[in-house]
Amino acid sequence: MGMVTMMAQQIRKSSGNENGAGYLFILPWIIGFIAFTAIPFICLFYFTFTKYDLLSSPKWTGLDNFIRMFTADDKFLTSLKVTFIYVLTAIPLRLIFALLIAILLNMKIRFVGLYRTAFYIPSIIGGSVAVAVMWGQLFGLNGAVNAVIEAVFGFRPNVSWIAHPDTALWSLILMAIWQFGSPMIIFLAGLKNIPDSYYEAAVVDGANAFQRFVKITLPLLTPIILFNLVMQIIGGFMTFTQGLIITDGGPLDRTLFYQLHVYRQGFEFLDMGYAAALSCFLLVIVAILTALVFKTSSAWVHYESKG
Amino acid sequence: MIRNSKFSWTKLMIQLMCLVIGAASLYPIAWMIASSFKESSQVFVSAHSLIPAAWDFSNYSNGWKGFAGITFGTFFKNTFIIVCTTVLGTIVSCSLVAYGFARVKFKLKGFWFGTVMLTLLLPGQIVQIPQYIIFHQMGWVNTIYPLVVPAFFGSAFFIFLIMQFIRTIPYELDEAAKIDGCSRFGIFSRIILPLIKPALVTSAIFEFYWSWDNFFGALIYLGKPQMYTVSVALRLFADPSSGTDWSAMFAMATLSLIPPILVFFMFQRYIVEGISTTGLKG
Repeated sequence: MGMVTMMAQQIRKSSGNENGAGYLFILPWIIGFIAFTAIPFICLFYFTFTKYDLLSSPKWTGLDNFIRMFTADDKFLTSLKVTFIYVLTAIPLRLIFALLIAILLNMKIRFVGLYRTAFYIPSIIGGSVAVAVMWGQLFGLNGAVNAVIEAVFGFRPNVSWIAHPDTALWSLILMAIWQFGSPMIIFLAGLKNIPDSYYEAAVVDGANAFQRFVKITLPLLTPIILFNLVMQIIGGFMTFTQGLIITDGGPLDRTLFYQLHVYRQGFEFLDMGYAAALSCFLLVIVAILTALVFKTSSAWVHYESKG
Repeated sequence: MIRNSKFSWTKLMIQLMCLVIGAASLYPIAWMIASSFKESSQVFVSAHSLIPAAWDFSNYSNGWKGFAGITFGTFFKNTFIIVCTTVLGTIVSCSLVAYGFARVKFKLKGFWFGTVMLTLLLPGQIVQIPQYIIFHQMGWVNTIYPLVVPAFFGSAFFIFLIMQFIRTIPYELDEAAKIDGCSRFGIFSRIILPLIKPALVTSAIFEFYWSWDNFFGALIYLGKPQMYTVSVALRLFADPSSGTDWSAMFAMATLSLIPPILVFFMFQRYIVEGISTTGLKG
């Protein structure tokens, strides 16, 4: 009898211990998730329906913020358009570029390590203010880009690429493409995982280089392309630093990124309620786009059956 | 013979392409470094040149003076304090949490792991406004707490990364240690922790980069010039309205890129492996 109770106690104790130990280990996450994600998230929805300037207490205004967004805020639509143009051009171009270069580097050429390093360095420092400031001067009226064009082609464009309404956004898109390094490394890892035997078999069957790329490389890389696409799209919608530092949203709001609009509403005009509503809307857009990408993925992403 | 020479032509073309792309990748950075050694009046004269006509080292001392009587020494110190604290917090918290999820069985584990995956997909910027309001209410604005405290409570990305790594360690090691009378925490600290060093280094490096580049957080939370990080200071230094000394600006910008580039060359292997394995192999 005593033996059985002791054993039962032992079992209860040990299983209780595991629960306790488990929660003890993940306790930081639980606290952090509740404090820095869950509560702010709930607050986000609440502030969406208020007018709040941080000084007086929040005032319930119902759907006013959303009505204002769609009827009385030109800059909302402008910023949405700018961000969409940016995401739909910069992200695909960056990924295509990254993929092509990864294929190039995978060809067992000499100095691969050196090239990989050179191509990757812009990605490491690309998000910094230092590089943003530098980019602005590089593409300015008297910047190095115009000087290089003059030295190579013999004429000097009399334009500041970042101050002209037609080219400003493209200078920033170019900056995004310039930072193709991290998707390139992900692609490179994916390419290394494709067994050589696949290509050898294809060669035996008489497939040329293009056919091998379309029938073997591309399908096997689609899971990685999907991963890159989702992460880059989400990141693209959050673009902020470049727009603030290089162009400050101008000229003529042509580089007014959505997050820059949110920042100005929240921190320059202290209209926290409206900024929250804008953030909320962005969340919906990003969620819909991510869902769309995942939904279409079953049609184009190829998963190798395991085993 | 013909086949052979054609083959090397392809290789040559690839080498040329790589050289051109490499030049385009590095030219902007080289230009900035070169400009930091040019006389202020010469930066935008024959701007494309990468070799200063006369080397001017005074840009560095001029730039270092900063503004409002605060030197870049202060800005760098502020940045290092924030970056080191967040890296430390991230490593400690994420390794504990990752171990809990990877090895311990407990109730509602699936639910809590779901919150990790959800957070992984939720862009942090979305909740920045309510986070700011909450930190404002707590009186944390104009302190570094909003920038460093969250790091001590885990980050979804690194928890996931370290978890993936722990899963590759044979479970028998845990069991052997348990039989030898090791406690859960003992198993974690004596068996697992030494084995997951590569994942910890990778996490530390990436947290370092994110924290070093964190401009938005520093911009909204640090309102006093003596608290500024290098990012915020550089932005104010380049204020178009006050006639920027561009060479001095580039000198400080160059200095601010040294730590990330140094870390890159010291830990290149971990970085490449880290990027290659995160979220891809599961």
